[in-house]
Amino acid sequence: MSASTPPMHEMSLCEGLVQSLEEQAMTQGFHKIFAVWLEIGALATVEPDAMLFNYDIVARGTVAEGSKLEIIAVPGKAWCMNCSTPVTISRHGDACPACGSYQLQLLDGEQMRIKQIEVA
Amino acid sequence: MCSICGCGEHETLEHDHHDDHHHHDHGALHAHAADLPVTRMVQIEQNIMAKNQRYADANRQFFAERKLFVINLVSSPGSGKTSLLVKTVEALKAEMPVAVIEGDQQTGLDAERIKATGVAAWQINTGKGCHLDAHAVGHAMDHLPEIKNGVLFIENVGNLVCPAGFDLGEAHKVVVLSTTEGEDKPLKYPDMFHAADLMILNKSDLLPYVDFSVAKAETYAKQVHPGITSLTLSARSGEGLEAWYDWLRAGVARVSA
Ligand SMILES: Nc1nc2c(ncn2[C@@H]2O[C@H](COP(=O)(O)OP(=O)(O)O)[C@@H](O)[C@H]2O)c(=O)[nH]1
Ligand SMILES: [Mg+2]
Ligand SMILES: [Zn+2]
Repeated sequence: MSASTPPMHEMSLCEGLVQSLEEQAMTQGFHKIFAVWLEIGALATVEPDAMLFNYDIVARGTVAEGSKLEIIAVPGKAWCMNCSTPVTISRHGDACPACGSYQLQLLDGEQMRIKQIEVA
Repeated sequence: MCSICGCGEHETLEHDHHDDHHHHDHGALHAHAADLPVTRMVQIEQNIMAKNQRYADANRQFFAERKLFVINLVSSPGSGKTSLLVKTVEALKAEMPVAVIEGDQQTGLDAERIKATGVAAWQINTGKGCHLDAHAVGHAMDHLPEIKNGVLFIENVGNLVCPAGFDLGEAHKVVVLSTTEGEDKPLKYPDMFHAADLMILNKSDLLPYVDFSVAKAETYAKQVHPGITSLTLSARSGEGLEAWYDWLRAGVARVSA
């Protein structure tokens, strides 16, 4: 990627999100979405701001048009093999905040998951 | 008709099975104000990558049935993915079946470079897309001759960010970092180095001329992914290629066992 091109895979992630919403609308029989709560882990390969930026555009002309996207930030959690304890990290490559070890096994924080939608 | 997902070639993402998700209405119907519609909350648990994941799983099944060792090569543009592939397929083609899927935003140039070696290649152009997805890879298989007990290489779009999150059904992501790019890239693009199982430090022939510390690059890569393996080589001079071929041979032996 050249320095001048921003990563735009959030556009496809938004498309995945809106497609999921349309499937939900079909199977559950609602016709308008007012708000969507999306859980995004700190270690997920997605930039929440870019999701917000693309969402309105991708939602246009769909059941989700005009709806509000609420992002629920989930912290990154890993198991420190040195401390034998779960610790919180904010990105891949962070050391254990207690002992400085990089021998960490991820437990949580990679999700991009719809949790709740407000519909009519 | 796509042999993997069963869709018509051009209807892309619109067809398929529904996700198994459980849901229950909140029950709490609440009107906001008199003139606003009555809304309700619906609880769901749905991964927004679920669709790509279904295609990736189908690809993985397809590859397993054919005992194919599948590599997803990722890097920034110019790290030497295509140069390395040209050398690699030339070296391995007499030994085992090989095929290549090339991904770029535009042009069929890289697929042409592979085809010049006599190895089958198919080019995917992603247009504005910054990564390959599992659905496009499934369709690309329709355009390649059927191979078994060998290696399929997928060269992803040159980009150290976006391809990290998209499973294509590969056995491993392999990240190529060249010695002209700086050893700090694993720390700057941790998601990609976390997703990759092997890091190739390419252009070792340039090490005498650039400030690049192999040891530091390896330390940084291990910080973001303690289990990552690293190989240093030059697609130009051929130095270190034998270790890479051995890594591939071991992978092929594993999947065909
Ligand atoms: N010196 C040197 N140059 C290389 C090496 N590998 C690739 N290159 C050069 O790097 C440039 C980009 O290579 P290419 O294979 O197209 O990279 P890709 O964009 O990752 O597919 C070309 O000019 C290659 O000749 C290497 O090992 N050493
Ligand atoms: Mg290339
Ligand atoms: Zn620790």
